[in-house]
Amino acid sequence: MIRTSRISVVVTGTLAALVLAACSSSGGKQPAEASGAAKAGVADTPQMTIALITHAAPGDTFWDLVRKGAEAAAAKDNVDLQYQSDPDGANQANLVQSAIDKKVDGIAVTLAKPDAMKANVEKAVQGGIPVVALNGGIEDWKAMGISGYFGQDEKIAGEAAGERLKADGAKKALCVIQEQGHVGLEARCDGAKATFPDTEKIYVTGTDMPSVQAAITSKLQQDPSIDRVLALGAPFALTAVKSVKDASSSAKVVTFDTNKDLVTAIKNGEVEWAVDQQPYLQGYLAVDSLWLYKVNGNTIGGGQATLTGPAFIDKTNVANVEKFAANGTR
Amino acid sequence: MTATATEPGRAGATRDDRVASRSLAARLLSRPEVGSLIGAIVIFLLFMAVAVPFRNIANVGTILYGASTIGIMAVPVGLLMIGGEFDLSAGVAATTSGLSASLIAWNLGLNVWVGVILALVVSVAVGAFNGWLLFKTGLPSFLVTLGTFFILQGVNLGVTRLLTGNVATADISDMDGFVSAQKVFGSEIALGPVTLKVTVLYWVVLTLIAAYVLLRTRVGNWIFAVGGDAAAARAVGVPVKATKIGLFMAVGFCAWLSGMHLLFQFNTVQSGEGVGKEFIFIIAAVIGGCLLTGGYGSVIGASIGALIFGMTQLGINYAGWNPDWFKTFLGVMLLLATVVNVYVKLKADRR
Repeated sequence: MIRTSRISVVVTGTLAALVLAACSSSGGKQPAEASGAAKAGVADTPQMTIALITHAAPGDTFWDLVRKGAEAAAAKDNVDLQYQSDPDGANQANLVQSAIDKKVDGIAVTLAKPDAMKANVEKAVQGGIPVVALNGGIEDWKAMGISGYFGQDEKIAGEAAGERLKADGAKKALCVIQEQGHVGLEARCDGAKATFPDTEKIYVTGTDMPSVQAAITSKLQQDPSIDRVLALGAPFALTAVKSVKDASSSAKVVTFDTNKDLVTAIKNGEVEWAVDQQPYLQGYLAVDSLWLYKVNGNTIGGGQATLTGPAFIDKTNVANVEKFAANGTR
Repeated sequence: MTATATEPGRAGATRDDRVASRSLAARLLSRPEVGSLIGAIVIFLLFMAVAVPFRNIANVGTILYGASTIGIMAVPVGLLMIGGEFDLSAGVAATTSGLSASLIAWNLGLNVWVGVILALVVSVAVGAFNGWLLFKTGLPSFLVTLGTFFILQGVNLGVTRLLTGNVATADISDMDGFVSAQKVFGSEIALGPVTLKVTVLYWVVLTLIAAYVLLRTRVGNWIFAVGGDAAAARAVGVPVKATKIGLFMAVGFCAWLSGMHLLFQFNTVQSGEGVGKEFIFIIAAVIGGCLLTGGYGSVIGASIGALIFGMTQLGINYAGWNPDWFKTFLGVMLLLATVVNVYVKLKADRR
């Protein structure tokens, strides 16, 4: 008995020592990071249900920000927000149908695949459910009878990126598309090509980071004249930084869209600049505008799209964005 | 492997072709991996001819890296297929492993190595769970692991959001143990002009170990036996259940290895990654001569399959072909490699 208890004391002691020794002295979860978005009072209007239906692929950091913006608006407006997403056009249209079936009070929807969405969105509008569009479908939302649009024009954003490349004195850019056949991503590259003709496209498999890295590396090795890598999403820009190093290339990395790590990379000079379309704002405005429409009959934009971008984040203004990015809201 | 049956009476007059020795060339050519080797050489020569950067020795590191991230998983998946089973959860399981290590270390503020070790436990447990479920339900492994594939996809996303509020893990590069773990899972070795990533080393070592186990040990015989005919294998005393569960756990172990590379190469892991890779592993094994029905194949072949995949993927970039057609080129190349493989095998068997 004495023996076993002594052993157990030794075992417990060793385990405790191991656990203590195992603690990291730096990094890890910080208590401050738990607090999320802006806090404000709650509206005293009766609770309503709003469905936010996007074409987000699971696990894309960009959509985290859209959702957080929508949740912040929902919390403030006493809205029960039901978030759903499916990258497949037909499936996303079905989600709109199920929102109609549930008789929600409003629908916010992305129109990345407008043809697939058209029928069900029009059904919702005709059924008296107010609908706003966000992020994708700037060409198509008006025709569907939707009351407002919040997003950026991908073509214009691409052109702005091309202008910036020209102003920076770049010679040749590589535009990295992480999802083949995605209209918005193609529009960005095409826009960049319109104002900066020496832009070449490359397709990579966005769900497989090692292959993204190897593909960009090989392209940089094949064509040493490339001096800018234009990524179309923050995680891919951060991977492109590694590719540039692997290929011993002197190319600089620029990108569309941001996340917390990308903001740090801009601050460190690893990434030159990012085109920001303010995804948080898109989600927030979409929900808030539906609430305004319901309680006061307002619409935003005067029948025109409300543009949330493009704006550039670079070394000169990154400090303003940094503290919000640390909260996971920029 | 299987001798052709001949009339017993004929043996006296002419030499019995059951014991006739085949020429060395014929014996070599009938190995399951030789077809893929020739396929690899054809692809290699093709890109050597059309892509200038492909000839640059310094770029070998990039090609081998692309191949190694597939190869690390193609080896155990090939073994599993020889053992007669599939694992569709292999790609997502690697992501699960990377996420577990990062989330455990980050949330609890622990040394990164604690996360790494616990992730190993999680990964091997996922493999064991696949095997256990296979025997518990008696369903085909295709279905069982398809279930795990979806379950893990959801868990990856759900748990990551629950713990971090985001869909990607936080950057853990400032935590204790990260630097040493990165040395183990994400470092580079310079060999003259070639910079090799550490995954290439793991890939080669795994291939050698797996080939030794398969061809030179009793366990290797068991793997062939359970894949060929599980009932017959059980009748002669092969531990069918243990062999198959062990194979699933080997896939789990390699998923851990590639998950750790994912984490320490990129500092964060996106929770949606890995979907679709499971088929690439299976394809690499099939190109390498593993039969979809089990009982036949080679891990060297699976590795060569991964090499073919890596060379094709990057060779198309090196050749600078129109990227719109990238996937089409990839498909044509893979078909080409497989056709060469089958052709060589047919020729050899006929001899």
